[in-house]
Amino acid sequence: MTIKNSFKKLPDEKGYFGSFGGRYVSETLMPLILEVEKEYEKIKNDKIFKEELNNYMETYIGRPSPLFFAERITKDLGGPKIYFKRDELNHTGAHKINNCMGQILLAKKMGKKRIIAETGAGQHGVATATVCALFGLPCIVYMGEKDIKRQSPNVFRMKLLGAEIRSVNTGSKSLKDAMNEALRDWVTNVIDTFYIIGTAAGPHPYPAMVRDFQSIIGEEVREQILKAEKKLPDLLMACIGGGSNALGLFHEFLDDKQIEMIAVEAAGHGIESGNHAASLSGGKPGILHGNKTYLLQSNDGQIDEAHSISAGLDYPGIGPEHSYLFEQKRVRYMSATDKEAIEAFQYCCNLEGIIPALEPSHALAVLKKIAKNYSKDKIVVMNMCGRGDKDIFTIAEELNIKL
Amino acid sequence: MSYRIRKTFEKKEKKLVTFTTGGDPDLDTSLKILNTIMNNGIDIIEIGMPFSDPMADGPTIQESSVRSIASGTKINDILEIVNKVRKINNEIPIILMGYYNSIFNMGVKSFASKCADAGVDGLIIVDLQPEEDSELYKEAKEKNIDLIRLITPTTDEERLKTILHNASGFLYYVTVTGITGQNSANVEHLKKSIMTIRSSTELPIVAGFGIKNRRDVEQISIFADGVVVGSSIVNIIKNNLNNKNKMITEIDKFTKDLKKGVKE
Ligand SMILES: Cc1ncc(COP(=O)(O)O)c(C=O)c1O
Repeated sequence: MTIKNSFKKLPDEKGYFGSFGGRYVSETLMPLILEVEKEYEKIKNDKIFKEELNNYMETYIGRPSPLFFAERITKDLGGPKIYFKRDELNHTGAHKINNCMGQILLAKKMGKKRIIAETGAGQHGVATATVCALFGLPCIVYMGEKDIKRQSPNVFRMKLLGAEIRSVNTGSKSLKDAMNEALRDWVTNVIDTFYIIGTAAGPHPYPAMVRDFQSIIGEEVREQILKAEKKLPDLLMACIGGGSNALGLFHEFLDDKQIEMIAVEAAGHGIESGNHAASLSGGKPGILHGNKTYLLQSNDGQIDEAHSISAGLDYPGIGPEHSYLFEQKRVRYMSATDKEAIEAFQYCCNLEGIIPALEPSHALAVLKKIAKNYSKDKIVVMNMCGRGDKDIFTIAEELNIKL
Repeated sequence: MSYRIRKTFEKKEKKLVTFTTGGDPDLDTSLKILNTIMNNGIDIIEIGMPFSDPMADGPTIQESSVRSIASGTKINDILEIVNKVRKINNEIPIILMGYYNSIFNMGVKSFASKCADAGVDGLIIVDLQPEEDSELYKEAKEKNIDLIRLITPTTDEERLKTILHNASGFLYYVTVTGITGQNSANVEHLKKSIMTIRSSTELPIVAGFGIKNRRDVEQISIFADGVVVGSSIVNIIKNNLNNKNKMITEIDKFTKDLKKGVKE
């Protein structure tokens, strides 16, 4: 079946989702980025590549991840049936590794000898360090000084895996600045280095490529929910940093017009406080990190610092496909504050015995609020995209508990 | 093509180009610095539009952006600097250098008009390549402002064609793969690359990134049509932040010395 105005056909050949996306990088990087695109196009439908990737997905990452009926939360909220897509059970504890596995296989195919990455929460850094150890490639991870402090367990994990962590102390000392620094490394070591970007952002083809590698989440959900419920879900929910886990869940269903989708940005101390990371709710279109997309910025076009308790959402931009889905109103974008996320975090621990990462806790916080608007025969699938081991120190501090 | 750029390259001697960030360390001092530079016979001035996330710049120019923004510089102030320079010197080509978000945010059309009114001759937008520059190109061309294209060590023959198509003013050869203010150029490689580019274009070729001192200027201006010195001047600003008179004197001395390195 072909759908005329399919959301799934984007981006166009120039890397645009409507007016968002594109390729805004230094000229030095252009030939290389064009080569990444060419090579990615070659392997993306290649049977041998897919088999290789699927094999690692199954035997190394542990896919498919289960779809779990969260019965006690469902009962407590008294609304729709709530399922968690349990990508937090993946090897390394988040969805990030789905993408890293795809990209490192591509890097290998391209004969690259050195891997770089940026990381916020450290989940992408850990996943990149992991696949680098697996394939014997040197790995350098750029991480903001502020994030190194608040995600220390992941910093140590990366070190154990043999990665070199480079602390970034410019600007907001978090994810945005780590990405600047990774881009500076890339332009300096352009010939031998592959940059594994951790979210569905950056210059084309990254937003599409990362989304494609994450789309396995939604593909599995379709099969799993049909088996469990004999019908498709009514609502999909996910949190948004750059937007890769959300697109991973949503993309498969974008053309199923009856399915509602809600993505949750980080509202930090509240949108009205100005201290938040909700690029769509509080930003406007601009150009940063290789793409045109919604950004938090001043009247003069200087990029603002974001704020979120969750290092993985603490980014003043969002992947370009989300900017498009926002303007098309295909996906609804809501937000949750730091405080609401912490409450949802504890709620999930207590009711389901799952310690969620702070990132998906944002999605759960909104789900808690809106569940009452859905009747009991409705089905919701929320992406539990990461586990909370990395966040226990942050939570302890917020709760004034000394470890 | 900008009249001033054409005029400048009609003269035979090699061109010395400087880069400083507009508004660094503040608007007044920035203007004094530009005056000093112009008095020393610099041929073209590049003025950086400060940006919060200058991903093509090394620490030196990053910090100059931070200083400029912290002192309150807005993009309109940069255009005002150009206005003021024009009152003193109506011949020297002025190039604005920066990142596309500053322009996109103001509106491409509005930015181009303001540039024309102020007397800007060219634009170097670090993160805007031929694939994405058609909108700015169109607005700039209407106003005889050149969109200066960058060529780099990773540019192959195929890519060179894309870059040269629609190129005007002059070409900017980025001498190293990397960010500003870091590695120095390898003179032999550089010479070869510039010779190769010359066989495909009539446009003047100016070399920039990693050119630090008089010696670099001497060596590279033998075969390039011009050389750009940026981070070394910005470093003088940084090292003399609490003595602005000394800052100006040092920049005066340094640029005089650079000028002596330029080949006739
Ligand atoms: C568990 C988890 N979820 C979500 C994110 C946000 O990224 P994205 O929006 O690309 O899924 C991160 C980023 O670090 C993360 O670690």
